[in-house]
Amino acid sequence: MQKAMTGAKMVVQALKDQGVEVVFGYPGGAVLPIYDEIFQQNEIRHVLVRHEQGAVHAAEGYARATGKPGVCLVTSGPGATNAVTGLTDALMDSIPIVVLTGQVPTFMIGNDAFQEADTVGITRPCTKHNWLVKETERLSDVIHQAFHVATAGRPGPVLVDIPKDVQFASAGYTPKQKARTTHYQPKVKGDLDRITELAELMAKAERPILYTGGGVINSGPAASQLLRELAEETGFPVTSTLMGLGAYPASGKQWLGMLGMHGLYEANLAMHGCDLMINIGARFDDRITGRLQDFSPRSKKAHIDIDPSSINKVIHVDIPIVGDVAHVLEDLLHVWKAQGRKVNREGLAKWWAQIEDWRAVDCLKFEQTGRTIKPQHALARLEALTRDHPDRYICTEVGQHQMWAAQYMGFDAPNRWMTSGGLGTMGYGFPASIGVQMAHPDALVINVAGEASWLMNMQEMGTAVQYRLPVKQFILNNERLGMVRQWQELLHGERYSHSWSEALPDFVKLAEAFGAKGIHCADPDTLDEAIMEMLAYDGPVIFDCLVEKHENCFPMIPSGEPHNKMLLGEASTLDAIGAKGAVLV
Amino acid sequence: MSALKIKKGTSRHSAYDLRDPHAEAPETHTLAVLVDNEAGVLARVIGLFSGRGYNIDSLTVAEVDHTGHTSRITIVTTGTPSIIEQIKAQLGRIVPVHEVHDLTVEGRSVERELALFKVAGEGDKRVEALRLADIFRANVVDSTLGSFVFEITGTPEKVDAFADLMRPLGLVEVARTGVAALSRGAQG
Repeated sequence: MQKAMTGAKMVVQALKDQGVEVVFGYPGGAVLPIYDEIFQQNEIRHVLVRHEQGAVHAAEGYARATGKPGVCLVTSGPGATNAVTGLTDALMDSIPIVVLTGQVPTFMIGNDAFQEADTVGITRPCTKHNWLVKETERLSDVIHQAFHVATAGRPGPVLVDIPKDVQFASAGYTPKQKARTTHYQPKVKGDLDRITELAELMAKAERPILYTGGGVINSGPAASQLLRELAEETGFPVTSTLMGLGAYPASGKQWLGMLGMHGLYEANLAMHGCDLMINIGARFDDRITGRLQDFSPRSKKAHIDIDPSSINKVIHVDIPIVGDVAHVLEDLLHVWKAQGRKVNREGLAKWWAQIEDWRAVDCLKFEQTGRTIKPQHALARLEALTRDHPDRYICTEVGQHQMWAAQYMGFDAPNRWMTSGGLGTMGYGFPASIGVQMAHPDALVINVAGEASWLMNMQEMGTAVQYRLPVKQFILNNERLGMVRQWQELLHGERYSHSWSEALPDFVKLAEAFGAKGIHCADPDTLDEAIMEMLAYDGPVIFDCLVEKHENCFPMIPSGEPHNKMLLGEASTLDAIGAKGAVLV
Repeated sequence: MSALKIKKGTSRHSAYDLRDPHAEAPETHTLAVLVDNEAGVLARVIGLFSGRGYNIDSLTVAEVDHTGHTSRITIVTTGTPSIIEQIKAQLGRIVPVHEVHDLTVEGRSVERELALFKVAGEGDKRVEALRLADIFRANVVDSTLGSFVFEITGTPEKVDAFADLMRPLGLVEVARTGVAALSRGAQG
């Protein structure tokens, strides 16, 4: 006989059974019974955020830094609606999170009760799956299923909506092992015939490229290891999307840097000129492809993805392989070795010579001149001073600083880089850094931010201080919405419509008001010293780094243009974006 | 029809794929989707179509297995071959969806729709309506001195044809169920 307990107790028990250690949440009327159970135990730590959006991003940061699902607990109505941005963010970036929401009691649902919202209706399109649990007997089973769905196949956010009367009522508890196994079992093994076909093409290729993405990270550490093995075995060049940084080490010889709209020259031209493109866990996002008709026109394309709907969605591929990256790469390496395949050495040598020519352009070069800190310089210094830290995690907000961080910071391991890729959520990075630091209390966690993004979830300073999380908020402050400003310059005749703030806070005083440390730096000569001071401080720091206000982010593929039409700097920007490109984002 | 005029999307079982990926003409496909009959499942399917901008020409749904609580949703949709492929892949991604079948490409199938037609009229028109109903094997399920309700079953084209004929004879209202479809032969 299953042990009987209240729904609220069941929630806590199910979380324990799932190995949950941390819950990010915010209490309210409809989740009070669950909070009462949390109060009466010590195994699960609860982190009180200052806004539900912060809870979800923190859970995302936790999930990305650990590979385990992140968990949130919020109340009904506004608690649930505030979680929507985070859910959408996690859906776009395939991050496994489980959000538990309180709901008004079942007998009041549909009556426009206080703090009632149609949570499952609102979150249906922004979750992988969601459940409204109307019977306590189903509750523990559903929570176990929720963890399964969030983590199986292509990961994603799930939500369980729990009415208050269901939390109070008692029923038998279903342990994890006895939970109803759902039919949801995505295929992880790739088709061997296709894999063999790919191995054949790899042996013939003269200009191959490995185009990797977040799927490698999501597949787990083994996938990154296998990717490195594959690169080592073949000598193929490797590039990655924003989401996949760290899967292949930035210090590796074959690393071309990030590709895409603000990717590196050599990476984008190699994508354009290759004859075999092997997409491993990426999804041909519009930030990557540019103009579709001219995307890598002369290549055969293979695509490894666990989600069948990703294949042929944007770009038609020649060899589709549906499966988990680690499983497919393992089979691919096995086939490659078993058949004694060798790469086309001569072709590959010419290809690398061509790539070296592109590399010689040195597309990220900049000059730190004058008395104002260039944002690139700030990040290059931050990188130089933290690169050798044994346990470093970098989060970002969204905008120019995010692209510069991706360009100037290097990642040698997966799960060390948390950024909002698909949705582009300003306000993501700070709460995400809190989630990362909760998972790794002794690590160095830095959030590279712009002042505008950072202000969007600045209330989480309270959380950082309360839980003594020594997160470093490295703000590149240009007093502008830098990326918006850049587009207005390039596209809208330099009419800077509402893209600056005339009422920014004094970040040092702001930090002090929260009980944290504030550092201000505007002088290139004292930058290193200031960064060292930030690193040395044992506690949360807001680092206000005043930077050049009108710096643009290059290289850049203008909207509506192909990879080989990159802009390398200011001189090339005149009329770079045509009328067709202007409608794109 | 000339021999080369092969309906796009139907060539899967021929030796050569005659589809030209660059000439993407829209096609109409009938999809059968087997789902868990749980709350919100229809909203998920419909939300997928509206959210991603796909068309629904018709949609029917009912529980087909009362013990296993599974429902069959039959969707008729129109789109280019790549859109149709996307629709199927996206449907397959929905957690409570068990199976997605494209009856248009998976061999031959039967498609039937039920419709009710209310036709009001007197004299010759009334007689003509009844005569045509007989030709179409429609049943009279309600009659007054001035009206009939006909029940007709058939392909959507047959129902359309019947509607065209009834219109000048005093058609008042039509109710259609949408398409139910099954593959032919012994295999499920």
